Amino acid sequence: MKITVLVKHVPDATADRTFSETDHTTDRVGVDGILSELDEYAVEEALKIAEPADGEVVVLTMGPEQAADALRKGLQMGAASAVHVVDDALHGSDAIATSLVLAAAIRKVGAVDLVLTGMASTDGSMSVVPAMIAERLGLPHVGFVGDLTVADGTVTGRRDGDAASETVEAQLPAIVSVTDQINEPRYPSFKGIMAAKKKPFETWSVADLDVDAADVGLSAAWSIVEDVTKRPPRTSGQVVTDEGDGGVQLVEFLVAQKFV
Amino acid sequence: MSEVLVLVDHVEGTVRKTTLELLTIARRIGEPSAIFIGSGYEAAKETLAQYGAAKIFVADAPELEEFLVAPKAEVVAQAAVSSPAAVLITSSPEGKEIAARLAIKLGSGIITDATDVGADLTTTQSVFAGSYTVTAKVTHGVPIITVKPNAVTPQPAPTTPVEEKVEVVLSEAAKAARIVDRQPRAATGRPELAEAAIVVSGGRGTAGDFGPVEALADALGGAVGASRAAVDSGWYPHAYQIGQTGKTVSPQLYIAAGISGAIQHKAGMQTSKNVVVVNKDGEAPIFAMADFGVVGDLHTVLPQAVEEIEKRKG
Ligand SMILES: Cc1cc2nc3c(=O)[nH]c(=O)nc-3n(C[C@H](O)[C@H](O)[C@H](O)COP(=O)(O)OP(=O)(O)OC[C@H]3O[C@@H](n4cnc5c(N)ncnc54)[C@H](O)[C@@H]3O)c2cc1C
Ligand SMILES: Nc1ncnc2c1ncn2[C@@H]1O[C@H](COP(=O)(O)O)[C@@H](O)[C@H]1O
Repeated sequence: MKITVLVKHVPDATADRTFSETDHTTDRVGVDGILSELDEYAVEEALKIAEPADGEVVVLTMGPEQAADALRKGLQMGAASAVHVVDDALHGSDAIATSLVLAAAIRKVGAVDLVLTGMASTDGSMSVVPAMIAERLGLPHVGFVGDLTVADGTVTGRRDGDAASETVEAQLPAIVSVTDQINEPRYPSFKGIMAAKKKPFETWSVADLDVDAADVGLSAAWSIVEDVTKRPPRTSGQVVTDEGDGGVQLVEFLVAQKFV
Repeated sequence: MSEVLVLVDHVEGTVRKTTLELLTIARRIGEPSAIFIGSGYEAAKETLAQYGAAKIFVADAPELEEFLVAPKAEVVAQAAVSSPAAVLITSSPEGKEIAARLAIKLGSGIITDATDVGADLTTTQSVFAGSYTVTAKVTHGVPIITVKPNAVTPQPAPTTPVEEKVEVVLSEAAKAARIVDRQPRAATGRPELAEAAIVVSGGRGTAGDFGPVEALADALGGAVGASRAAVDSGWYPHAYQIGQTGKTVSPQLYIAAGISGAIQHKAGMQTSKNVVVVNKDGEAPIFAMADFGVVGDLHTVLPQAVEEIEKRKG
């Protein structure tokens, strides 16, 4: 069983995230980056599936130099090897180009039984890359599962939708995105951190993937950001301390705003 | 006039409000054509006509229900052969997956989670937990745009739609993921969270008792939400979680009771028009975004508010 986990390096959400002044892309230089928290769940799930089955977990990212940190975290958690797709041509790539590159990289990793991803990247948060990769590779995609089992060449996942909770089945190879309901990601152990330093770590360029550089990056994006404005901070209104009539005061506010 | 495709979001033919919003937006751009997939078309027909669908593509093959999202993307792609001006889809997990697959099939640019779409197809989005507003445009292919609930107020515009049956031809790949079991969620009798004009949410401060939160929601005719802390504690189902990994809501009024205001929670409610906070800790970060706040115990403040509302209603 070979599992590839897609991990993204994102600006830390607890820091002030901004846009580049020059081209409206996400500023990935000015803020500290981390392994997207939502991808830790995918790494954890991959390890849980692979460990008893004597399987192999490969972590894969596309991103700038610093994105290697996200891969290192994946290796420290227990992945066997890492692949970093890094190339100046990739700067400003949209989801379409990202899915093109990642699909090519998954093909090059080869013999993959299962691709696991997070439910959304915590910066872009589009939740579209996994389905796009599925479409490109002709793989079944089971999105947003909160529970997953793999047995006899079949994945079974539970999706909690608005109208119903569904159980979905697909044959391997498949691509599955997992939610934060699925597990509790482990912290790297000291041993894991030491071992990670010796694990195979490959770096691929766009040319290594047989992807045309003209199809990626900001100039190839199929949508453009026209304008970015910082939302003025919400001005805080009146705050009262409850001295026995807090509920009544609350209703008075609601009445004034015509909610009652 | 140019055609704008709108994918209908419905449960057994009961059309969701978000679809009426999409039809309203579509009429700014051109002439809406609705795409109805699944069973219950007869029930949906009148509503779609009422809100201005000039044409309805109907795909009601029973086998569509059995498979996951991929077949729906194939049906929408079939309807899109006429190169419409745009395709509008609701921003739900399923809607985004359909949009993603469609973008690859059509070779089109995609914008997700728009909070508004102009007549010239310029979209507005709220990003980084609502701290920035971004306007953007698709520049390649048929613009595929997923739109968040509550983007506009639905406006009726009655028409008599032309119907076109879509012959569903599913590829093997589309049938690769099968739904083997479906447990419908029990009806709560409250409005749907993503559509509700009023949302009352409870967090760890409820200490597991959502009674006061539900009572206030019912007095106001609102929906109930929860923080992840409350969901992780098993006090309220995950389907009601508000935030980064739950639902995003943008109601007229959001009442947060016993919720501290972590960034991941704010990501799901920051675009609410009015925010009211009840928290016993006056230092809780959520107060910074409150239009009105009460520093107090939710177990006394909320029941008193309910009593007061009932009194005023007479
Ligand atoms: C990857 C990731 C994703 C996440 N996604 C989400 C998400 O989608 N949604 C989400 O909500 N969180 C999410 N979180 C969790 C988030 O970081 C917070 O932990 C969570 O929102 C805290 O919930 P809370 O405000 O209910 O609890 P707390 O932070 O513990 O706050 C409880 C508040 O209740 C107040 N209180 C206590 N008793 C009373 C009382 N009797 N009356 C009035 N007030 C009282 C306290 O003063 C306190 O302010 C996510 C975290 C991670 C890492
Ligand atoms: N640049 C990237 N490198 C690796 N994985 C990615 C990248 N972008 C997105 N993903 C994966 O796709 C998931 C959904 O991302 P998104 O569609 O951007 O919300 C993430 O949780 C990752 O698992």
